[in-house]
Amino acid sequence: MFDKEYDVIVVGAGHAGSEAAAASANLGASTLLVTMNLQNIAQMSCNPAMGGIAKGQIVREIDALGGYSGLVSDTSAIQFKMLNKSKGPAMWSPRVQSDRMMFAEHWRLRLEQTPNLDFYQEMVAGLIVEGGRVAGVRTSLGLEIRSKSVVLTNGTFLNGLIHIGDKNFGGGRSGERAATGITEELLDLGFEAGRMKTGTPPRVDGRSLDYSKMVEQPGDEVPSKFSYLDETKPLSKQRSCYMTYTSNEVHEILKEGFDRSPMFNGRIKSLGPRYCPSIEDKINRFADKDRHQLFVEPEGWNTVEVYVNGFSTSLPEDVQFKALRSVSGFENVKFFRPGYAIEYDYFPPTQLKHTLETKLVEGLYFAGQINGTTGYEEAASQGLMAGMNAALKVQEKDAFTLKRDEAYIGVLVDDLITKGTEEPYRMFTSRAEYRTLLRQDNADFRLTEKSFKLGLASEKRMRKMEEKKEKSLNFVEFLKDTSVSHEEANPILEAKNSSLMKQNDKIFKIFSRPNITMEDVKGFSGVEEYIAENGLNVEMLEQTEIQIKYSGYIDKEKNNADKLHRLEDIKIPKNFNYSNIKSMSFEAREKLNKIQPVTVSQASRISGVSPSDISVLLVYMGR
Amino acid sequence: MIINDSIVALATPSGAGAIAVIRVSGPDAITIVSPLFKAKSKKSLKDQPTHTLHLGNLVDGERILDEVLVSIFHGPKSYTGENTIEISCHGSQYIQQEIIQLLIRHGARSAEAGEFTLRAFLNGKMDLSQAEAVADLISSENQASHQMAMQQMRGGFSNEIQKLRQELLNFASLIELELDFAEEDVEFANRDEFKSLVSRIQQVLKKLIDSFAVGNVLKNGIPVAIVGEPNVGKSTLLNALLNEERAIVSDIAGTTRDTIEDEISIGGIGFRFIDTAGIRETEDIIEGLGIKKTFEKISQAQVVVYLVDSSKLSSESDRLHEVHVELEKIKNQFPLKPLVIVVNKIDQLSEADIERLRNSLSDINGASLQLLSAKNGIGVEELKSKLLEFVSTGELRNNNTIVTNSRHYNSLLSALEDINNVQQGLNNNLSGDLLAIDIREALHHFGEITGEITNDDLLGNIFANFCIGK
Repeated sequence: MFDKEYDVIVVGAGHAGSEAAAASANLGASTLLVTMNLQNIAQMSCNPAMGGIAKGQIVREIDALGGYSGLVSDTSAIQFKMLNKSKGPAMWSPRVQSDRMMFAEHWRLRLEQTPNLDFYQEMVAGLIVEGGRVAGVRTSLGLEIRSKSVVLTNGTFLNGLIHIGDKNFGGGRSGERAATGITEELLDLGFEAGRMKTGTPPRVDGRSLDYSKMVEQPGDEVPSKFSYLDETKPLSKQRSCYMTYTSNEVHEILKEGFDRSPMFNGRIKSLGPRYCPSIEDKINRFADKDRHQLFVEPEGWNTVEVYVNGFSTSLPEDVQFKALRSVSGFENVKFFRPGYAIEYDYFPPTQLKHTLETKLVEGLYFAGQINGTTGYEEAASQGLMAGMNAALKVQEKDAFTLKRDEAYIGVLVDDLITKGTEEPYRMFTSRAEYRTLLRQDNADFRLTEKSFKLGLASEKRMRKMEEKKEKSLNFVEFLKDTSVSHEEANPILEAKNSSLMKQNDKIFKIFSRPNITMEDVKGFSGVEEYIAENGLNVEMLEQTEIQIKYSGYIDKEKNNADKLHRLEDIKIPKNFNYSNIKSMSFEAREKLNKIQPVTVSQASRISGVSPSDISVLLVYMGR
Repeated sequence: MIINDSIVALATPSGAGAIAVIRVSGPDAITIVSPLFKAKSKKSLKDQPTHTLHLGNLVDGERILDEVLVSIFHGPKSYTGENTIEISCHGSQYIQQEIIQLLIRHGARSAEAGEFTLRAFLNGKMDLSQAEAVADLISSENQASHQMAMQQMRGGFSNEIQKLRQELLNFASLIELELDFAEEDVEFANRDEFKSLVSRIQQVLKKLIDSFAVGNVLKNGIPVAIVGEPNVGKSTLLNALLNEERAIVSDIAGTTRDTIEDEISIGGIGFRFIDTAGIRETEDIIEGLGIKKTFEKISQAQVVVYLVDSSKLSSESDRLHEVHVELEKIKNQFPLKPLVIVVNKIDQLSEADIERLRNSLSDINGASLQLLSAKNGIGVEELKSKLLEFVSTGELRNNNTIVTNSRHYNSLLSALEDINNVQQGLNNNLSGDLLAIDIREALHHFGEITGEITNDDLLGNIFANFCIGK
């Protein structure tokens, strides 16, 4: 059935697998996407939302590089919010609530329209490895499909074990079976594996809820969107979410089930994410809090199913049900599906290179939860990078990697392969030391040209970015060159409680003041005319404003990032042996031997490696 | 540790000698020093050939700091392989520090531990076989440097720095919390509390910066109280110390009628000797007031020299008992203050008497004994070494914490600048993500002193302390 050798086989069709397949195929590599169930491409296994703080920036980066997540999120959105709008621009974070079914459908349709991409439904049970190189996959039916590269994106399916109360059963997701065989084979090849845990809350019937007892949470009045392309449009209507609270009464009921909780009776041994705790974990660890927020999120435009965000649990279903019935607005709740916890295999990502290729087996790439991450956005971005690199390698082109000051994706990959992770890894803005540079408004400036040169981002995308860049920069220059008289400016300044001008000054300088906005500047003569004549759109105006108001901070972080680059340029030879460097701490030597960083800069980020160790390392890299 | 700036540090051992050599290395070494050096020949240093020596004055604006000899080395023919200037100046620590600070103000950076050697190595000035030695040097100097900083700052400050760093870290976590978890039901960083923390940090940093050796100890001299009755030989002792050095720094009139303060430079470090009356028990009201005054002066001093006339000890045996009582009193009241018992006029004693005195006085806890004859100069050198030892071992603990290391001084200055930025940002209601830039920098500079690294502290702190996550 498969006599042809593919360039790239992608195993798994979740967020990572779908992006990987699309990127590989779009770069011209013949690609096969193998998944256990073709009905379930790009499922949102957990909450029906894309983006959020730090994650929204990642979706924008995926879009700027030519991935599909932004486009699909736009067309399947039911609500849009720009989070953190009251903070600095680095914190502005787009998020949508999604129509879960539409999201999956739109992904599948986009993939079907992608050239060079084939599909096949079956469980992959093993890899073909020849002479340290991957050569294809073996399915559970015994089929061998040959390829030059393989991208594994198995999500929570590897030996997945679902827990609800004291019951547990194998499964990769609610209602789907687990994948077996791959872990064992990778262990035989010399890989190190670990076990992680995550969880999800119950889904309930929206018709059984009393929304009048909850707080409505509508979307933004003027919604925006993810994709930089004009192909998608902002929403013209939106659906609201609702918020309610647990109570001491609810907590007491939940506690009744603790002895049957797999979290507390020792049945679940692996570590879950600390920032996404189950409800039982929250009331156990933070006993002094007498209530916790719950967000009621619709699962789509038309479906009545809703997602109870904040109530992730693996308590017995009867306890879940009884407790939820005590929540205000949930008195008559009907369950669609109970919450559950799932344990699955992952492979500590320190076994990977910056390209997400494994150090052990050439041509084999890992992306998504198999690397110990959590989140659709984290998975999708890894899939994109792994898919790109798998294709580039087959085509014998240079690898594509991103630095920490270039993209959250760069921070993500570098953190994973340098520090590893003990708990499911989620992106936060605080993980990025240069977050002022990594904004959602400039992902296109940062990334589109790189991707265009590789042939992934389209010509149209490239031209659009160039136009935005040129027009906003010209506008900045215009404001630097144009003066405003104090007679004209002072009434506006007075209204803003800003100190008055004694003589004429450049608009740029006034704009730099803390509480002066683009709206104020538009009031100065000549500005509105310039905007109209040059056809500046909202994005260009926003870009101009950020460039002017935050230039001091942006420059400061650029300076700091430049310092990093000098260490980035000092490469460490492959298989460098640290054992004999006695002037380094023992811990540093051990970690460096294990992780084998590529540059001195990467070495400096490994925990347990001190600045003094780095100075010592520099000595040895001196020649 | 970055390779394209210019660095400065003392190249001779720290402390005072006849001369000291300050080395500047880096692409801008010559251009930094050139405008600060006025050659006797009136020629500009910039135009001078490599491997030449020049006499002239180092100036800070109009002020002449010192008459110095400057050697020029053009890279790669220098120790580090870079452009290098070596300034031979006079040996006082005060002058050394003034010159180093002047160079830093004009664009040089304080060298990291072992950095000259590292550069020499990186520029191919050393054999590969020396790499390990270089590496050892760097790592041991780094360790020693952090240890020294913390040791010097004991007496409250090291704890305080640790505590403030931890508090700053907690606030940084709170700021990150409100950024990364804005959607959630969490408490936010209280800006008023933060403002008060920032001003506390400012105060401590300023105090430490002010205590920098140049500004305090070396400039004003280390106060030493001499406790002893009239005619016990105080003037002779001071003269003996002076005659050796021939360097009276100043002669300050005492604050009270009967007090004379002499400042004497020993080994390049200024000591200020404060005369006090004895503390002999008395019924006399006026003498009683004198005792009170003596204790006041002791409390102001960093070192106590208890001076006693040995000839009196041998003839009046009661006196020896009194000496013990008096010493006990001083020790009880100032248990941490370094105390030297100086027994003068031993030239008038027999060997046996000396031995008897040594036995009797050497078992006083925490005090060191020095037998000497000020008149004949016996034991004077040893006394000087003892005094210097207190400085170098950092035993002079009191409220005037000593920051003696230029590198730490500069880290403190940078941290203060960051904290000032944070304060300004707070006053302008700046958003947390922008405040965080300066907070992170400040934490980094604290870490340069304490040796602590901040990498993953922030998120760990958040997860440990706050209920977050939907």
